[in-house]
Amino acid sequence: MGSRFGRWIADRWVMGVALLVLGYLFLPIAVVIGLSFNRPSARNTYDFNEFTLDNWRNPCATSDMCDAVVRSAQIGFIATVVSTVLGTLMAFALVRHRFRGRAAINMLIFLPMATPELVMGTSLLSLFVAAQVPLGFWTIVIAHVMFCVSFVVVTVKARLAGMDRRLEEAAMDLYASEWQTFRRITLPLVLPGIVAAALLAFSLSFDDFIITNFNSATTVTFPMWVWGAAGRSIPPQVNVIGTAMFAIALLLVGASSLRGRRARRAALAVPVAAGRPAKRLS
Amino acid sequence: MTALAHVPTGSGQSASPPAPRRGRHRLLPYLLLLPGAAWLLIFFAVPLVQLAAASLYDPSGSVTTGYAMTGAVGNYPAALQEYWPQLVRSFVYTGIALVLALLMGYPLAYGIAQKAGRWKNLLLVSVVAPMFTSFLVRTLAWKTILSDNGWLVGLLRDVHLLGPDGRLLATAGAVVLGLTYNFLPFLVLPLYASLERLDPRMLEAASDLYASPLRAFQKVTLPLSMPGLVAGTLLFFIPASGDYINAELLGTPRDNMIGNVIDSAFLVKLNYPQGAALSFLLMAAILAVVFVYLRKAGTEEVL
Repeated sequence: MGSRFGRWIADRWVMGVALLVLGYLFLPIAVVIGLSFNRPSARNTYDFNEFTLDNWRNPCATSDMCDAVVRSAQIGFIATVVSTVLGTLMAFALVRHRFRGRAAINMLIFLPMATPELVMGTSLLSLFVAAQVPLGFWTIVIAHVMFCVSFVVVTVKARLAGMDRRLEEAAMDLYASEWQTFRRITLPLVLPGIVAAALLAFSLSFDDFIITNFNSATTVTFPMWVWGAAGRSIPPQVNVIGTAMFAIALLLVGASSLRGRRARRAALAVPVAAGRPAKRLS
Repeated sequence: MTALAHVPTGSGQSASPPAPRRGRHRLLPYLLLLPGAAWLLIFFAVPLVQLAAASLYDPSGSVTTGYAMTGAVGNYPAALQEYWPQLVRSFVYTGIALVLALLMGYPLAYGIAQKAGRWKNLLLVSVVAPMFTSFLVRTLAWKTILSDNGWLVGLLRDVHLLGPDGRLLATAGAVVLGLTYNFLPFLVLPLYASLERLDPRMLEAASDLYASPLRAFQKVTLPLSMPGLVAGTLLFFIPASGDYINAELLGTPRDNMIGNVIDSAFLVKLNYPQGAALSFLLMAAILAVVFVYLRKAGTEEVL
């Protein structure tokens, strides 16, 4: 009896610890969600006091916070579009072409991911100051594109490398032009990778604080606004934004996993459907 | 350093790209690379050179009057002498946080990779999900949890783990906890990728050969998870040692890390040469630690 219990424990303690750690990871998320429904008893108190939907009804009660959210979204959008285009082109070159200087290019893509944000932020600032570029919205965009590009390259490259080239060869054999092949075969197949890369870029940009802090001057993004508010008092609406970000990201992940499952099922169904008439013939 | 390029992404270079079909394709790869590579050169590589130059400016200049380039190498020892406690503290805090993260992250990655069965994907998403909210909002939530009149402090005081005036917030422990928390997923994901490939039959074989579970872990699981462990450790260590958000929000000025000093050198004191010198010292220290660590870990093959 004792030894059976011992084995039961030995088999499950790892999972037990794993679940405890997951609990630790979610503890602050639970606090953020809880406080988004809280009516604080006074400014600067963050205990759960009373349930309310007011924060969700007026997320923009502190209007400059919403301005900052909108600005972060604008910066995120521009940085995402630019970095996704640049990174996708680079990924195509790296996976599909032979060229001299590949090692140098790989290094150039890898280093920004391994450099501390602090160093990238301070070095860009010294460049902008030396070149007398006024800091603001566009210097933030430039910085965000810079640190997003590498992540886009890595994500799209993974998708491209796993692609079956024979599909494109088949299209060309069937007299599709190069452009038609790209438009009808290559692009749809790589698109999930590009979309994933774009979402990653947007979330990196939207949440960046350190690099933005050095290159923004008086332009305030959402993380910058929260940083400033942390020194004064944090309105409960900050937690509404935090919860909304969490929910939107979860929805996107859920939707993509559902699509993936459906696509896999469809892929399984094709040979079955194709097999049927063949059987009848025999 | 190339260890990072390969391990966490899993998109290796093994399949060599096909030879170009036609001559006019010879220029195409360069055209595709040009905009992105130019962006990275101008806004990543050139700024590093500029930062190096700024670290050698004459410290008597200012942002408004301009700096003279005098090759003032003395900025480095001067900065180090003034701020070595913060630099050392950055690595001590990050080191403790890393040990805590390993103690929590290894069982988590192992559990998901080997024991979770059909819950694997859901649990994996749960590891990343906390990062969907803003970094700062998460850290502020910790500030609430650790606050003096919060339930956690109350509970710890009741069971006498904390004295009646004991605090959690504004202590070194809070900063370390914040670092551990915020960078834990970076450690878990590559570790998971390694452990997922571990064939459970290897462990069965070890136990058939009379290895105790501990010995099997030492001789089989740990060595096979080494690439993920190394990559995850670096992905944790590099951003954590340069972080100053946790020190600022959860600690006091006594717990300042080198990031706080660099931030104020550039944005408050406007002392660019000092800030630039400290940035380079941080990067050099990180590179040194990473290099020594890769040597010690005996994983030259992942380089």
